[in-house]
Amino acid sequence: MTENVKPSSLASVAAANANRSPGKHALGTGLEARSVHAWFGKNHVLADVSLDFAAGTVTALIGPSGCGKSTFIRTLNRMHEFIPTAAMAGEVLLDGRDIYASGVDVTKIRLKIGMVFQKPNPFPSMTIGENVLSGLKLAQLKQSNKEELMEECLVRAGLWNEVKDRLDAHGGSLSGGQQQRLCIARSLAVNPQVLLMDEPCSALDPGSTLRIEETIRELSETMTVIIVTHNMQQAARISDYTAFFLADGHPGMMIESGPTSEIFSNPKDKRTENYVTGRFG
Amino acid sequence: MSTATLSYPKPQKPWRPKQRDLIPTYLGILVVFLGTWALVEFTGFAGKLGAFASAVICTTLVSTFLAGRSRGKQAAKNAAVASIITSLALLAMFPVISILGTVLVRGTKGLYVGFFTTDMGLASVNDPLNVGGILHAIIGTFIMIIIATLISVPLGISTAIYLTEIRGPGSRLIRFLVQAMSGVPSIVAGLFIYSAIISGSGRGFNGLWGALALAILMLPTVARTAEEVLLLIAEDLREAGLALGATQWRTVAMVVVPAAKSGLITAMILGIARIAGETAPLLFTTGGGDETNLNPVDGVMGSIPFAIWKALISGSAESNARAWASILVLLALVMILFFSARRLGKARR
Repeated sequence: MTENVKPSSLASVAAANANRSPGKHALGTGLEARSVHAWFGKNHVLADVSLDFAAGTVTALIGPSGCGKSTFIRTLNRMHEFIPTAAMAGEVLLDGRDIYASGVDVTKIRLKIGMVFQKPNPFPSMTIGENVLSGLKLAQLKQSNKEELMEECLVRAGLWNEVKDRLDAHGGSLSGGQQQRLCIARSLAVNPQVLLMDEPCSALDPGSTLRIEETIRELSETMTVIIVTHNMQQAARISDYTAFFLADGHPGMMIESGPTSEIFSNPKDKRTENYVTGRFG
Repeated sequence: MSTATLSYPKPQKPWRPKQRDLIPTYLGILVVFLGTWALVEFTGFAGKLGAFASAVICTTLVSTFLAGRSRGKQAAKNAAVASIITSLALLAMFPVISILGTVLVRGTKGLYVGFFTTDMGLASVNDPLNVGGILHAIIGTFIMIIIATLISVPLGISTAIYLTEIRGPGSRLIRFLVQAMSGVPSIVAGLFIYSAIISGSGRGFNGLWGALALAILMLPTVARTAEEVLLLIAEDLREAGLALGATQWRTVAMVVVPAAKSGLITAMILGIARIAGETAPLLFTTGGGDETNLNPVDGVMGSIPFAIWKALISGSAESNARAWASILVLLALVMILFFSARRLGKARR
């Protein structure tokens, strides 16, 4: 490994990151996936994934395209079932209760497990301010100090200084990176326990990416963050734990998971090592 | 890593309600039936529409109650809105199903094999139902639809391509004119052809003039629908073609139009649907003959709508049965055209 500069630098990034103490004020007890499988029609795309997401941690899901990372993250807040051919097996426990149990109100689950998508998707008919508070309006939640909450969410998403003078402008007038931070602010307003992020920086420039990474680090003070990323630097910089997924001709599986510093410095599985050192993928 | 050889669980859809959870729903359906019956029996909600209204009221109340009981106020509102929207959609289907049912019931009485193989050349609409048929009208309608389609589809799609791809001078005016044209009453199209081509010229009625009148009606429908369809094609697709060094013509022909193909076929189908049942433009242009005529440029030509009109105004029981049978044939023909066009559109995707 010594002749290759990249992995050692990644490992040192991860090691530096590991000094941070996660989750002092975290809500709930995190999220647990118990042997989750997923299918599209007859096609078995994800097999037997069990992962614990402790409260107040950031977990990065890495792996090549098509290995089931996005499908997995969508099973965690029941967005998977919107695809007509979709099927799944296993359990996803939020505070120890299966979100797929019968009688569970799915809208309440999604209120607690928020999601930020790959492509920024601010609501086009709403202003920046309305976008931030849209979750409250959509779920018809009561909130007394709306102005305060709006400012707090925008500050936490690292967008406040850029938009404080034009909260009445439309969300579409922002740059891509600003739009994505607006979407993060929008997710924060309903105060979720868990925030899922599906490649939130894949369409953004490095500056915006850096801002969002800072935001994610700060978010983990109060919530559990699960992020799908193709950027291993990013996984090393921001996550406490990393899980490596691989399909390789079979259904996608989780090959290895553990503290981020270990996955990048001392992976147990040869395939993980090959991937994080950039030999394939 | 878990061992891949272990047997996997079966795919499940845990989001679907379980049989046990459906018991309140089944009870609810029972309540809906009882409630509907009670409303119809003991209140002013009589007749088909009354029964429908009672069913809507009961279903909305019951589904709102069930959702509210298990999942709270928000879910109750959601269920109420879903139930009302579904009812309105069903209400919109009512006339369609009613018309189809009536045509099927009344139309089948006048049908026999000869209805498709003979014409009315030697028969009158008031003759017994086993004499004569509408072969002349079927052939006439087919010929005129084909000619009108051959004229208006190339013109309409070219117009749409001019408006969406070339975006040349006068685009806004052309768009406005096409919109205005779709509001032209169909009889005006017939009168236009009559006064422009037939009246005072010594030329007689024939199928081609009818087809021209139909093409006037079909053109705006095709052009507007095709324009909407082409506008849906993403801009990056055009840019991708141009960035490969293609000319605009090659990009439109090889990228844009193929991507919009099924939509363009829909445009054609909507155009045909617009004209297939038209009677008015044919009154002053085709002459509406009773004998089979395969030549669109010589002599009067019959058509199904014309035959329906002719039979209906005669008023006897036999002519009425003939008219209904002709309506059934017209509907069936239009359906066949739709399905074959759809399959054509899918086959080469």
